[in-house]
Amino acid sequence: MKLTLKIWRQENATAKGSMQTYSLKGVSPDMSFLEMMDVLNEQLMEQGIDPVAFDHDCREGICGSCSMFINGEAHGPDRLVTTCQLHMRKFKDGDTIHIEPFRAKPFPVIKDLVVDRTAFDRIQHAGGFISVNTSGNTQDANAIPIEKADADKAFDAATCIGCGACVATCKNASAMLFVSAKVSQYALLPQGKVEATDRVLNMVNQMDEEGFGNCTNTGACEVECPKGISLENIARMNKEFLLASYKV
Amino acid sequence: MGVVLSSTILRKVAMALSGLFLMFFLLQHFAINITSVFSETVFNQFSHFMGTNALVQFVLQPILIFGVIFHFIMGFVLDIRNRRARGTRYAVYKGSSNASWVSRNMIISGGTILAFLVLHFYDFWVPEMKYKYIEVLPENPDRYYEELVHKFENLTRVVLYVISFLFLALHLSHGFSSAFQSIGFNNKYTTVIKSISKVYAIGIPLGFAFIAIFHHLTH
Repeated sequence: MKLTLKIWRQENATAKGSMQTYSLKGVSPDMSFLEMMDVLNEQLMEQGIDPVAFDHDCREGICGSCSMFINGEAHGPDRLVTTCQLHMRKFKDGDTIHIEPFRAKPFPVIKDLVVDRTAFDRIQHAGGFISVNTSGNTQDANAIPIEKADADKAFDAATCIGCGACVATCKNASAMLFVSAKVSQYALLPQGKVEATDRVLNMVNQMDEEGFGNCTNTGACEVECPKGISLENIARMNKEFLLASYKV
Repeated sequence: MGVVLSSTILRKVAMALSGLFLMFFLLQHFAINITSVFSETVFNQFSHFMGTNALVQFVLQPILIFGVIFHFIMGFVLDIRNRRARGTRYAVYKGSSNASWVSRNMIISGGTILAFLVLHFYDFWVPEMKYKYIEVLPENPDRYYEELVHKFENLTRVVLYVISFLFLALHLSHGFSSAFQSIGFNNKYTTVIKSISKVYAIGIPLGFAFIAIFHHLTH
């Protein structure tokens, strides 16, 4: 395959970036998108050009590192996959592909396609945990019976890998799907109910402080989420937040 | 209000509740207006009651006006924050691949409805206030039907109203079910809510358009 790549290049966080065009030949349809980027970077290095910086780690869709906005969509045109799981067979020979970083004020660009997503870490630190004694006498989690339907919903929410595709794709750069998944995975379980009030208030407050936008229920996040996190979680978080606000 | 509605979620809930209130009002407004198609007398009776009842005039009307103003101001406030949250815009953004045009452009449909409301207030509310509270003319229980019919003699006005009702339908088609999601209602009844939403979003604006066209053609 022969491709024309239009890629956002930005030297550092303070530099002014722009879209740069590169031609790439010899791309196999069986390559993953990141492998295609590797080939491009080898070509660039041979030409003495600074390679394109991009986030990646596990390359199997579970770490949430890769974060490219491809042809106007987070993680590209495929559904329920991360960028590393996207294959070049989804594109045609001769295609022009636009590659940009995940854009949001709370996700500032560090370099090229790498963005700072520590806003998510700070939200998680604000309440995305349960306080348990880990000194060796911890109670077995399975000792508490949990209804299957609740366990399944909590597990579904827990599959969120925090990649930020929801923020990137939302027209408002809202982080509600991410935060709601983290709130829901605990809110549905007895272990999480103890700190539920503080959790939802603190996490939502932190989300607001980071400067993410409001949810306008377009549903774009649910469509683009590589893990298929449901909008039902946002409704649950809204309800949890309202009840918690009433309690305080 | 600033302290209470400092959270993005509470602001959205406030938008949802004011929206639901306005949708309830719209239903009541339609229920009265549609009687004008069937009976001049019934329409005049309802209108006379609404126009002279102290509870409606001095309690419900101010609440309604507050609800309308609040919904619009909060809509713009939320939109400004949302635009700021993006920062640098994408070179390519395929919004249509994952969300409907209507859900992404509530500010456009809402802005059009706001422009319509200015016209609608100029047409009906301002003359009504002038009649009752400025000129203090004697109350005539039979004047309402004639005033309504007279307004829709003008084709330009009918066309503007019908276009506005189209935007109202678009706004409601997302707003109705979205309001329930915002207040935390997303469960096994959501499909029912979405069905009611479709019926309401099409039915009410279509009904209002019908009333305007009916009076234009029959008078």
